[in-house]
Amino acid sequence: MMSVVSKLENIGVFSPWIRIIKGENRREQVNVLLRSLGIPLLAFVIFLGIWDAAAKRVVTSLGQVPGPTQVFEQAKGLWQEYSDEKVKEQKFYERQEKRNAKKLAKNPEAKVKWREYNGRPTYIDQILTSLVTVFTGFVLAVLVAVPLGIIMGLSKTLNSAMNPIVQIFKPVSPLAWLPIVTMVVSAVYVSADPMFEKSFVTSAITVTLCCMWPTLINTSVGVSGISPDLLNVSKVLRLSWFTKVRKVVLPSSIPMIFTGMRLSLGVGWMVLIAAEMLAQNPGLGKFVWDEFQNGSSNSLGRIMVAVLTIGVIGFLLDWIMLTLQRKFSWDKSTAI
Amino acid sequence: MSHLHIDHVTMEFETPKGVFTALDNVNLKIEKGEFVSLIGHSGCGKSTVLNIIAGLYQATKGGIILDGQEVNEPGPERAVVFQNHSLLPWLTAYENVELAVQQVFKGKKSKAEMKEWIEYNLELVHMSHAKHKRPDEISGGMKQRVGIARALAMEPTVLLMDEPFGALDALTRSHLQDSLMEIQRDLKNTVVMITHDVDEAVLLSDRIVMMTNGPAATIGEILEVDLERPRHRLELADDPRYNHFRAEVLRFLHDRHAKPDVPTAQVA
Repeated sequence: MMSVVSKLENIGVFSPWIRIIKGENRREQVNVLLRSLGIPLLAFVIFLGIWDAAAKRVVTSLGQVPGPTQVFEQAKGLWQEYSDEKVKEQKFYERQEKRNAKKLAKNPEAKVKWREYNGRPTYIDQILTSLVTVFTGFVLAVLVAVPLGIIMGLSKTLNSAMNPIVQIFKPVSPLAWLPIVTMVVSAVYVSADPMFEKSFVTSAITVTLCCMWPTLINTSVGVSGISPDLLNVSKVLRLSWFTKVRKVVLPSSIPMIFTGMRLSLGVGWMVLIAAEMLAQNPGLGKFVWDEFQNGSSNSLGRIMVAVLTIGVIGFLLDWIMLTLQRKFSWDKSTAI
Repeated sequence: MSHLHIDHVTMEFETPKGVFTALDNVNLKIEKGEFVSLIGHSGCGKSTVLNIIAGLYQATKGGIILDGQEVNEPGPERAVVFQNHSLLPWLTAYENVELAVQQVFKGKKSKAEMKEWIEYNLELVHMSHAKHKRPDEISGGMKQRVGIARALAMEPTVLLMDEPFGALDALTRSHLQDSLMEIQRDLKNTVVMITHDVDEAVLLSDRIVMMTNGPAATIGEILEVDLERPRHRLELADDPRYNHFRAEVLRFLHDRHAKPDVPTAQVA
């Protein structure tokens, strides 16, 4: 028990609370709390106030721009829709089970049909779709960028060969890639029973194309910046090329690679929304687009909910990457 | 036939301004088990000599002959202790030595034998207590000890040391020098060490090779240090022969190749 408390004490968020409970220097701890929690909270409240005041002044064709209260109402509405859909789904399966049970009771030989529930995707489903898509695109990007970056970092020739290409493609917007990716996917990804939706493949590949660059650049910079002394060690030991990469080059550039991957995931998440809008991949991007086309009085509020969701998830993704970096990187000083 | 022969080595570097001759006709024969120091002013090409022996540089003319065989690429039989320890920062002391042992004794030692050998070498440099610490958790002197353990664990024919104690404080340095003398007494390695510390050179070496200033540096004088071993620094401090050798080296560094802008290192 004590060890759990002392562990919690080392985590920044909990430490002042634990110390207050322990009765350690209360006044100072309260100050720490005010500074670390009070100021951000106050800033957030001020932000909500400005938002509320500004929103009331703008009237669009879809009605007033929603303030924080309306957006909160819409968020509750979306959650309600999700809960309702879950209940419907459960009832559907219950009905199906009863019906089939009856059939089988009458005639054990009878053929029974089991159908999947086919309701419309809820907001939560759309969030999950977006997360799966961005994750797929990101993993593909890392799988391409890290090996390529290592080779580029090790060979000056290849580095100067690839550098202009990288610099040209790096700033390209996802909106420019998407038509090309769509056409290529339609042409190449042909199967009678596709495992993934085309829209999913298109969005994921667009994410890959846009987010691989930071990882690629950071990996090659990290690898080429490896200390010559360490390379001398590997020469003296006569390590084979592969062992050298695995035991010396890769670990030494892990901090840089992680920083690149963090940037990549951030870019990928930002790009995904645009990609989904155009590719009609059933994620958050499509949700925003559909609401925009729908144009009801609730639409702007619901889009604001999506905006906030995108922001919060982006923040969480970055936090997860940072935590992973802290855990796996030997160089604690680079994990900022 | 000598054990290690630095055979008329000349080293030229291509620079944008033309060819720069770093070393000119360096010729030196080293016997098995001998401890040789290279001493000279900064920039005189001591490190270049060491890197050529290690195989990290290729001599422009001449070459390195080890036991009758020419060597021109790096290898673990000429293990190097680098000035800045060069430990892999993500590995513990044990793992750093392990990397070398696994590479050198692959297929020759069993897992248990390797473990024993790694621990033996860490014990030699008195680092057993911190074997599971990473380089950033131990002091500079301890890192250098691990670096020496890693080099010794390769069972080198020749041990090359590039200013191994240059970055350490005086007390740590003398501790490590004592450790090195102990190890040398037991293992009788052939050692080539670069230093710019006169006391260190006299205390540790059988011969001190004094190099002239670059460019086109070469061997100026060779001093035989025939003080009997084991040597103890406190007893030697009052020994007239020790002081004579020390004065000889200082005289070479000062009189014959004095350069006002180069600080003469460690003149006590």
